[in-house]
Amino acid sequence: MKPIRRQRLILIILMVLGIGTAVGFALKSFNENLMYFFSTTDVLAGKAPKDTLFRLGGMVVKGSVDRPGDGLTVHFTLTDFSKEVAVEYTGILPDLFREGQGIVANGKLDGRGVFVAEEVLAKHDENYMPPEVKASLKKQVEGKQAD
Amino acid sequence: MSLIPDPVGRFFHRMASPPYFYAFTEKLMPWLTGIFLILLAGGLYGGLYLAPTDYQQGDSYRIIYIHVPSAWMSLFIYMVMAAAGAIGLVWRIKLAEIVAISSASVGASFTFIALVTGSLWGKPMWGTWWVWDARLTSELILLFLYLGVIGLYNAIDDKRTASKAVAILALVGVVNIPIIHYSVEWWNTLHQGPTVTKMDKPSIHVSMLVPLLLMAAAFKFYYVIAMLQRARLELLQRERTANWVKKMVTEQSQ
Repeated sequence: MKPIRRQRLILIILMVLGIGTAVGFALKSFNENLMYFFSTTDVLAGKAPKDTLFRLGGMVVKGSVDRPGDGLTVHFTLTDFSKEVAVEYTGILPDLFREGQGIVANGKLDGRGVFVAEEVLAKHDENYMPPEVKASLKKQVEGKQAD
Repeated sequence: MSLIPDPVGRFFHRMASPPYFYAFTEKLMPWLTGIFLILLAGGLYGGLYLAPTDYQQGDSYRIIYIHVPSAWMSLFIYMVMAAAGAIGLVWRIKLAEIVAISSASVGASFTFIALVTGSLWGKPMWGTWWVWDARLTSELILLFLYLGVIGLYNAIDDKRTASKAVAILALVGVVNIPIIHYSVEWWNTLHQGPTVTKMDKPSIHVSMLVPLLLMAAAFKFYYVIAMLQRARLELLQRERTANWVKKMVTEQSQ
């Protein structure tokens, strides 16, 4: 390689590495702001903002969905498999909302420590399979638990 | 040069010559088109007809066969564009510059398709058209990077100067590529984590994965076809005063 070309190549590599480092530091310092939602553990640890809207994400606890009355109000509990937060929501839930499903809710905590949601979004996971495969997987898991 | 075998080196050397590139890509085109159509037909038939419905999302998940290959292409084409730009900067090869700028509009289109299909998928599944999470936002920035590259190229009259400016902009934007890819792992997002492009086994059933990979391959061929067509036109415009173009035109008009 001719010296002038080598020099240009080294300059380009240095430029890309420099920008990468700068952006890396910037993203690291804004890490908290780049999170789309708070986990239930974060909320109970007091990391979530008080008196303003924030997003809470977690899995809907099995058997926790409760509809008092015949309105659109629904109560359920979210978990990150370590801490749980109770949620109250009035409105239409997305189709994917079900027990055991990951969801992200936007709202704020009230005085009782209940998260009052204004919006509920469903978060689907990265698994894709036919219903039959899911059914047989479920059977295997249940079989193991029975052992 | 000892790293590259001689025939490969000679091939690239010849491809850097405009008349050879023009003639060679003309001969290549029917083959590329044929392979593209076969892969596309196989992928669409497999994805829309043979693949089973998803246990959670039913038939709605089938938009994955457009959304995911487009999103992959948006990242892949950007890498090609930046690499070609860097080659143009270092070795001053005209054809590398042309490949870089011809990739930009194809990449921008794929990015746009990925964003639109993602939005159409998001409404029924998540319950919203758009959220400002890390994945969606970084992909939107990628679209702006592509548009910036196209705009900058057209703003400068001297195309060799324009190519240098564009290559530097493209290289600056390369930092966004790993951010898009890892956004779903570094931060919590509404967008799902990686299904196929991860170290572990893909979390998609093989009957759904095969059509997805066929579509991804078809999109790669589509990109090569679209990029080469643009590159050939750009080459003719840049070389309009060169002897080989004059000769070709007079021969064809006879």
